[in-house]
Amino acid sequence: MTMFPLIAKGATVRRRGKVLVGPVDLTLGQTGTTMVIGPNGAGKTTLLKLLHCIERMNGGTLDWACPVAEAQQRQAFVFQTPVMLRRNVRDNIAYPLLLTKTPRAEARARAEDWAGRVGLGDAVMRPAHLLSGGERQKLALARALIRAPEVLFLDEPCASLDGRATREIEEILLGVAARGTRIIMSTHNMGQAQRLGSEVIFVLGGRIHEYSPAQDFFAEPQTEQARAFLRGDIVE
Amino acid sequence: MTDIWSGLTQAFWLLATLDADLVEITLRSLKVTLSALAVASLIAFPLAALISVRRFRLRRFTISVLNALMGLPPVVVGLVVYVLLSRSGPFGVLGLLFTPTAMIIAQVIIVVPLIASIAHQSLRELWSDYHDLLISMNTTKRQRIQTLLWDGRRALLTAALAGFGRAIGEVGAIMIVGGNIDHATRVLTTAIALETGKGDFALALGLGFVLIAMALFVNLMIHWLSHTESEGRW
Ligand SMILES: Nc1ncnc2c1ncn2[C@@H]1O[C@H](COP(=O)(O)OP(=O)(O)O)[C@@H](O)[C@H]1O
Ligand SMILES: [Mg+2]
Repeated sequence: MTMFPLIAKGATVRRRGKVLVGPVDLTLGQTGTTMVIGPNGAGKTTLLKLLHCIERMNGGTLDWACPVAEAQQRQAFVFQTPVMLRRNVRDNIAYPLLLTKTPRAEARARAEDWAGRVGLGDAVMRPAHLLSGGERQKLALARALIRAPEVLFLDEPCASLDGRATREIEEILLGVAARGTRIIMSTHNMGQAQRLGSEVIFVLGGRIHEYSPAQDFFAEPQTEQARAFLRGDIVE
Repeated sequence: MTDIWSGLTQAFWLLATLDADLVEITLRSLKVTLSALAVASLIAFPLAALISVRRFRLRRFTISVLNALMGLPPVVVGLVVYVLLSRSGPFGVLGLLFTPTAMIIAQVIIVVPLIASIAHQSLRELWSDYHDLLISMNTTKRQRIQTLLWDGRRALLTAALAGFGRAIGEVGAIMIVGGNIDHATRVLTTAIALETGKGDFALALGLGFVLIAMALFVNLMIHWLSHTESEGRW
C-alpha cells in the first residue's frame, strides 16, 4: 500500500500557548526530494517532526495514505544532533533491526555492510561517541537506512560539517534518492538545497510561505520574504 | 591500650589462620547481603527504568516516596518487619522470624529505595539522550526499558554496589529480625556488636577488618566504574 500522498490540513503545533508551527496545509507527493528551508527558529525542525508524527499536534489533521502505525514503520528520521547509543558503531547501526527481532548475527552482518557503504567500514568496533561529527552523521544515516525506509527525514544533517564531510553525506543521499527513497530534509545551505532538492518548502514564522519546484523557487521566488531570504537579508 | 594491642595482634592471627568462626560469619554475611542485593536489584532496576521513561503523573510522587524511604531509619524497618513476621503478625505462620530470610527481607526493604533512586538518576539522563531516537523508531515501552537497562548497565552496577555497601554494613534491622543467633543468623555487623559488648576485641576487630576490606573494595569498584563511565569506555 502506498504511503503517499501525505495530506496535512490545518496541522498546528502549540506549546505553552504559543503557536510554533501551523496551521499547515500541505500535500506531499510520492516522488522527489523536498528541501525545507527558512531562517533559524522558523519551525523547520518542528515541521519535520510533525510530518514524522513524533510531535504532538494541537489541531488539524495529518494523514498518510496508509494507517499511521504502518507509515511510522516505513520512515526514518536523522536528527540534527545524532543520538549515539552507548554501543559500538556496528551495534548502533544494527539497533533498528534488533527491534524487529532480526537474529543478532544477521543484524550485525547487515550493520557491517551498511557501515562500509557509508564509509565507516574501519570503525565498526569503535565506541560510537568517539566518532567525529561527520562520522556521527554517517552512522545516523546508516542506522536510518538499514530498515530500508521509504521516507527519510533529515534535520540539517550537514549543519556543523566541513565541506568534505558535507559532500560525502550528499553523495550518500543522492544514491538513496536515486533508489527511490522519498527524502524530506531541512537545510540552511542554499547550495545544498539546489544540489539535492526537487522541490522547496520555505518556512517562516511557523508557516509555509512557499511550496514550489526547486528550479522555480530559486529562479523566481513568489514572495517578498523568500526573495529577501535568498538575497541573504534578515527575515523574520 | 594493651587490651587493644593484644586484640589487634590476635585479630591478625584470626585472619591469617582463617579462623572457622570468622570465615563462617563472613560467608553468611555475604550470602545474606548478596541474596538481598539480587532481589532488590530485580525490583529496583525495572522500577527505575519505568519511572524514567514514563511521564505518568505519579512519577514525582514515586520519586519522593523513594527518597522518603531512603531516609527511613533501618531500625524502624527492622521493627516493622519484626512485627509483620512475629508469631502473632500477619506473616507469622511462615515462621521466618530469626532466620536469614527475615534478614534478607529487611535488607531488601532498606536498599531498594537507595538502588532505585541512584539508578533512576542515571537512567533518566540516558533517557533524555535516547528519547528522540527511540520515539522516532516507534519502540514499545518494553523495548525502551530494555534498551535503557542494557546501555545503562554500568550505572546499574554502581547503584547495586552502593546498595551492597549499605546492606553489608547495616546492623540495627538485622539484629532485630535475625536475633544474632550463633551459627544461624550471626553476621559481621551483629557479631562485632556482640563481641565488642563482651569485651572480646580480637574477634570484633578481625571481623571489622573484613568489613572494612569489603567497603573499600566496593568503593574502589564504584570509583573505577564512574571513571570508565566518564571516559565513555563501554
Ligand atoms: N518544546 C518547545 N517549547 C517551546 N518552544 C519551542 C519548543 N521547541 C521549539 N520551540 C520554539 O519553536 C520555534 C521553532 O523551532 P524549530 O522548529 O527548532 O526551528 P528551526 O528548526 O527552523 O530552527 C523556535 O522559536 C523554538 O524556540
Ligand atoms: Mg532546527
